[in-house]
Parts: sequence; structure tokens; C-alpha cells
Amino acid sequence: MNPALQGLLTIVIGVGGCVAYFYFSNLFVDKVLFPPRGPNAGRNINRANMVRPWLFLLPALLALGLYLAYPVVETLRLSLTERVRGGGYEFVGLDNYRQMLSEPKFWEGFNNNLLWLIVVPAASTAFGLLAAQLTDRIKWGSFAKSLIFMPMAISFVGAAVIFKLIYDTRPAGQDQIGVLNAVWLGFDGGVGSFIWLRLVPAILLLALAAGAGALAWSLIKPVIGREGRNPGAIFAALRLLGAALMAGAVFLMLRQTLSVFTADFPYGQPQTWLTIPFWNNFFLMIVLIWIQTGFAMVLLSAALRGIPEETVEAAIVDGANPFQIFFKIKMPQIVGTIVVVWTTITIIVLKVFDIVFAMTNGQWETQVLANYMYDKLFRANDWGVGSAGAMVIMLMVTPILVWNVYNARKEMR
Amino acid sequence: MDNIAGKKSALTWAVNIAVVALVALWVFPTLGLLISSFRTGDQIASSGWWKSMLPTEQNLTLRTAGGDEAELVDGLYTVSGNLFAVEGIDPLDISAFGTSSRAVGAYEPGETVDMGDGEIIAVEANGDYVFTSVEEMSGRGQRVFVTAEVAPEFTLENYNNMLFDPNNIEGMSKAFFNTLTVSIPATIIPILVAAFAAYALAWMDFPGRALLIAAIVGLLVVPLQLALIPLLKFHNEIGIGKGYLGVWMAHTGFGLPLAIYILRNYMVGLPRDIIENAKVDGATDFQIFTKIILPLSFPALASFAIFQFLWTWNDLLVAIVFLIDSSGETTVMTKQIIELLGTRGGNWEILATAAFVSIAVPLVVFFAMQKYLVRGLLAGSVK
Repeated sequence: MNPALQGLLTIVIGVGGCVAYFYFSNLFVDKVLFPPRGPNAGRNINRANMVRPWLFLLPALLALGLYLAYPVVETLRLSLTERVRGGGYEFVGLDNYRQMLSEPKFWEGFNNNLLWLIVVPAASTAFGLLAAQLTDRIKWGSFAKSLIFMPMAISFVGAAVIFKLIYDTRPAGQDQIGVLNAVWLGFDGGVGSFIWLRLVPAILLLALAAGAGALAWSLIKPVIGREGRNPGAIFAALRLLGAALMAGAVFLMLRQTLSVFTADFPYGQPQTWLTIPFWNNFFLMIVLIWIQTGFAMVLLSAALRGIPEETVEAAIVDGANPFQIFFKIKMPQIVGTIVVVWTTITIIVLKVFDIVFAMTNGQWETQVLANYMYDKLFRANDWGVGSAGAMVIMLMVTPILVWNVYNARKEMR
Repeated sequence: MDNIAGKKSALTWAVNIAVVALVALWVFPTLGLLISSFRTGDQIASSGWWKSMLPTEQNLTLRTAGGDEAELVDGLYTVSGNLFAVEGIDPLDISAFGTSSRAVGAYEPGETVDMGDGEIIAVEANGDYVFTSVEEMSGRGQRVFVTAEVAPEFTLENYNNMLFDPNNIEGMSKAFFNTLTVSIPATIIPILVAAFAAYALAWMDFPGRALLIAAIVGLLVVPLQLALIPLLKFHNEIGIGKGYLGVWMAHTGFGLPLAIYILRNYMVGLPRDIIENAKVDGATDFQIFTKIILPLSFPALASFAIFQFLWTWNDLLVAIVFLIDSSGETTVMTKQIIELLGTRGGNWEILATAAFVSIAVPLVVFFAMQKYLVRGLLAGSVK
């Protein structure tokens, strides 16, 4: 049968089946099982009302259970078993996990995923916040917003093609058709190159380091400042840990700043961007940042508009400058939304597959967990290790899952 | 309010310029693909797409007429005519020409060049040439490399090739209809299932309701990667294997948590009075749902429909696991593009066109129904 016809038929059967199910099951309960008349009318009405929610929920619960809840359990089971020759499975304990942990490709994917987890949500949220804050102040803001939002509609695969064109490389001497190489060949080691490739990145890095340093200081200040009302050892330890992490970040950034000045750039040679180890991860991340910034912008823009005008007006009257207004008045009021944006993008990053699959397929040290898992499941046909990889992704999602459920319950009360 | 400080104009200018830069940065990549899809393969390979609006200097390889057309004039074998007429292309203004691929721009037009072996060629700026040889000529004509300004030119040939050429096995038309076949049922079916469930969770009282809502919030973030192998096994066991039915069911299952979440949050906000009045008037829950709730929930239904449509249209992973078998008959556009990336990595006219065919429909949906998409985003993220 023609697939289009089959599709139409499925819509009719699916939709018709759903309607028929809901209609007739309700009819059955009302007319046959618990008719609201006769001697037991009152009891029957109560019983029908007890049953009805479950009638409404049944198809959804079946689908959710079968397609989302059952696979979690089944994947856990598969990750603890090994396929035996000639069919059947055998329980092997944690062997799959042990094998996975001994593979360098897994660690490559894991480390890259961590890098993605730090860079992509941070960059998307930052750009989204910038775009939201700027577009809310101008007349053609909504038009600008919809253009920045547009990549949301583009598939990861389509975006991969778009950016492959940008990263395209032609041999030296030919006209470059990739924008990045065309720009790169514009640098010749002169004053312009010094400003754009050394000075500007160094200033940006120093600014980031300053931000991280300020954060570290604000974390550490209450702990060393007022010994008298110490809020608790765990709290203080967490703050110290955070401050130590931030201090580490500051150190790394300062070292990076130094290396920006000493690095030897291969001017005049077209680069194959996607094969430069470590940095190629960033060229892949740019694709996802490009897509997700619009999402962050839409949510943050709504949050910024929800800020009561009085708070901003009061700050202006008190003589606050625009930066103080933004960081001290607006930011604290949209922190909740920032967390929502951050966690949502984090989940998307953990599942990122298409971009890596289409652009490098994990070569040149760009592996990520989802692609590693796909490799194991469908190329190596090793369901045990593949399922173990899937469980690692599930494990990384779990904190956000718990946090979301906790918040949703708090909101409902 | 922002202009209280009295620095309005300077700040507004700075903001405007910053937004222009930001928008340009975000549109630029897509624009490159769009423009490239209207250029020929030679054009794409010879110059960056950002130069396509301006006339470009291109190097062309042309030939004189073949040896069999040579005439004996004054004891020399001679062919003459116009280089562009031989190839059947519109005449261009030649700025330089050459006779060897190592020096394609060696001579000015109008020069007469001695190529050795008694061969002499003269090329005019308009492409007229005279080529003479003391020996008899044979075979194809002499190669001439010319440099000329070529006006910007765009073509629909790529789209014609990728969409309407039935002989092109790399064409996108089949994949396009397959994608459509996947995404329409996969968008419609979950809506109905989710709407009933959302109504029950929003307006009916029963034990365990709060727990169910929490479970659905939890399922929102379960990575679908976990579902691949268990469900593929399940589909094989019940005999539907790889095919449309499987992919529709999978998309329905994966889309349900978001659908229920968005719809429930919307339905909870509907005014209680309407529903209670209807109950007092003797309407059953089923009637309330179909006659009141469903029509009132249209914005939320539209939001989810757009999400699900974009997601199923753009999806790659679910399609390659649950749909596409080894015959490749049911391939979808995303998969087709991946294959083209592998086999036609350098043929940008093919890649750009294929990608844009797949991007076009979501972009239309996006710009037409952006309002609902934004509303869905705001409702669908867990706060």
C-alpha cells in the first residue's frame, strides 16, 4: 500500500479509535456498568466517577509506561547481561560497565560531554540574555527576535550542513568558499591580527577570569567574614568548594591568556577546522549554541518583561547606573528562569547526537556519549555495553529529573 | 523609562548597532546555504557565496574549433571564430588569456602568441580568435584559458534536479514524502491521547493524581536513547519490525509527556465556573471535555502540535532506529542528507539544495505560527 495512504488510514484509525474508545467506554460505564438510576443510583454515580479518570488516562498511561518507563528498566537489565551465542541472555553483573570504563573512546566521549555541558548552556544563556535585553529596547525588536529564534526550526542535520559550509576548506592558493577560512586568510600577522587574535581574546579571557574571581570572592566572603554566625559546616564547605573551583577556573583562564600571546598561529594556511583536536569540539558546540540561543532569549525576554517597573524606577531614582540595574536589580529577579533555561539546555546537550553524527561521527576526538552509545548499539552490535552507555546518560540526567519533580510538586501545593 | 538618564540617543544607537550585528551573525549561516543552493556547482567551487552578488572574475577553459574545420589559408592551416560561440555560452569580456594551465592569465587580449611548433594564436577581448599552424591539425581544438568578468547568476536547476528529476536516485522527492508521512500522523495521534489525560489530571479528583503529575514531569527528561533497544526488540516481537507503524508509535510515546504537561497546565488555568455550571446543567465529563475544554484549549493544542511537528520532521535518531530498513525505501530527508554528506561531501550545490528542501517546511511553519511556538515554550519548560 502507498505509505501516504497508509498514513492517512493510520490517522483515521488512530484518531477514530481514540474517539471511539473514549466515547464507548464512557457510555459503557454510564449505561451498563453503573447506571445512575434504580435502587443503587447514588452509589453508582460515585463509582462511575471513581472509574472515569482512569478511563481518560488509560491510553496515555499505557503509551508512557511502554515507551518511556519500561525501557528504563529494560535498559538497566540489558546493561547487566550479555548476549549468548545462539540466543538468550546471561547475567554478567557489572562486566559491561567495567569493559566500558576501560575503553578510551568512552572517556573521550565522557570528557567531551562535560565540556559541552559547561560551554553550551553557559554560552546559550549568556547570548540569550544579551539578545533579550537588547531587543526589548528597540522598535524592531520583535523582528530581530524572530530572526534569532529561527534556528530553532532547523534540524540538527540541516544545521550541520549549514556549518560544514562555513568550516569548508579548499587547498591553499584556491579561493576559499568557507567563511571561516576566508576570514582566517585575511589575517597576516600584522597589527589587525594582533588586535583580533591576541588582544581581544585576552581581554575577554581576563573579563571572564575577573567574573569568576568575583564569584569566588562572594562565595568565600561570608565564610571568613563573620565567624560569629556560621550557618553550618556543610554550607561553609560547599561554599569553599565552589570558591576553589572558581579559583581553579581563574588560574586556567590566566594561563590561557598568557598562551594567547605566545601561541604561534599558522597564518596564511587554510585550516581544516573539524580535525583540530580539542578545538574542533568548540566548532561543533557553536552549532548547538546557534540553535539554542533563541530558546534562551524567548524565555528570558518574557522573564525580563515580568519584572515590576517600580523596582527598576526606584533604582534609577537612587542613582544606579545601567550595569548596576541589570546585575543587581534585574538579574536576581530572573534567576529562576535562568535556572530553567540552563537545565533545559543541559538536557538537550546530554542527548546531543545528530550534530556529532553528521559532522564528524566522533572522529578526531569529538566523540560524545550519545554517539558512543549509538556506535556500540548499532555498529558494534554490543547491546550490553551500549545499554551501559545509555545508563550513564540516564544517570547524568537524574539530578535534573529529581530537581524538576521537586519543583513541580512545590508549585502545585 | 530607560531615557531618564538623558543619554538616550547615544545608547539607542549602540543598542541598535549591537542588535544588527547579532541578527546578522545569526542569519548569516542560513543565508549562505540558501544562496549557495541557487548557484551552480562551478560557481560555488570557484568563489565564496558572499561574493555571488557581485560580478566575479572567473577562469574558464575554452577550446577552438576542431582540426577538421581547418582551412588552408596562405599555406597555413587556420581555424577562426569565437571562443564563446564554440561552447555555446554568452560572450563575455576577456581580461586575460593563456594557452597553458600553468599560466592562465599570461597574455592581454589582442596579443598574438607564438606557441612554438609553428602554432600561433590571437585572441580578441570579445572572444574572436585566429589559430594557425604550419602542420595539419587533428583531433579536438586547442585549449585556451581565459579570465573574464562573469555577472552574478542564479539558477533553479539544483532544485529541479533534486526534486523533480525522476531519474536522480539521490533526489529528495521520495524522502520528502516519507518525512511527511512520518510527521503528520505522529503529530495528530498524541494530541488526542494527551488531551484526555490532561483533562483528567487537571479537572478530575482521584487518588494518586499528584503522583502521576510528578511522574510525567519526571518522564519529560528521560533520554529517548534508553528506549531504542528495548523498543526495537518489542517491535520485532509483536511483528511490526521496522516501519511506519513503529515510528508513529515511538513518536507518540516520546511526545506524550510534553503534550500532557503543556495541555494540563493550560487546562488548569481555564475558569472553574464554566465547568461547574456545565456540571450543574447535567453535562457529563465526556461532554464537558469535547464541547468546552477542547475548543477552549486550542492555543495549547496548537503549541504542542507545532513542537511535535518540528520535532518529528527534524528527527534523525528515531527514524534510523525504528523506520529505515536496509532497502532504504523509507528513508527520510535527514537520513538522506547524512548519506549525501558521506558520498557528495564536496558537491555543495547538491548538499545545500537537499538541506534547504528539508529546512523550508519547518521555516514556513515557524514564521506562520511563531506566536503559538513561543507560547508553548513558555508553558512547556518546567518552572
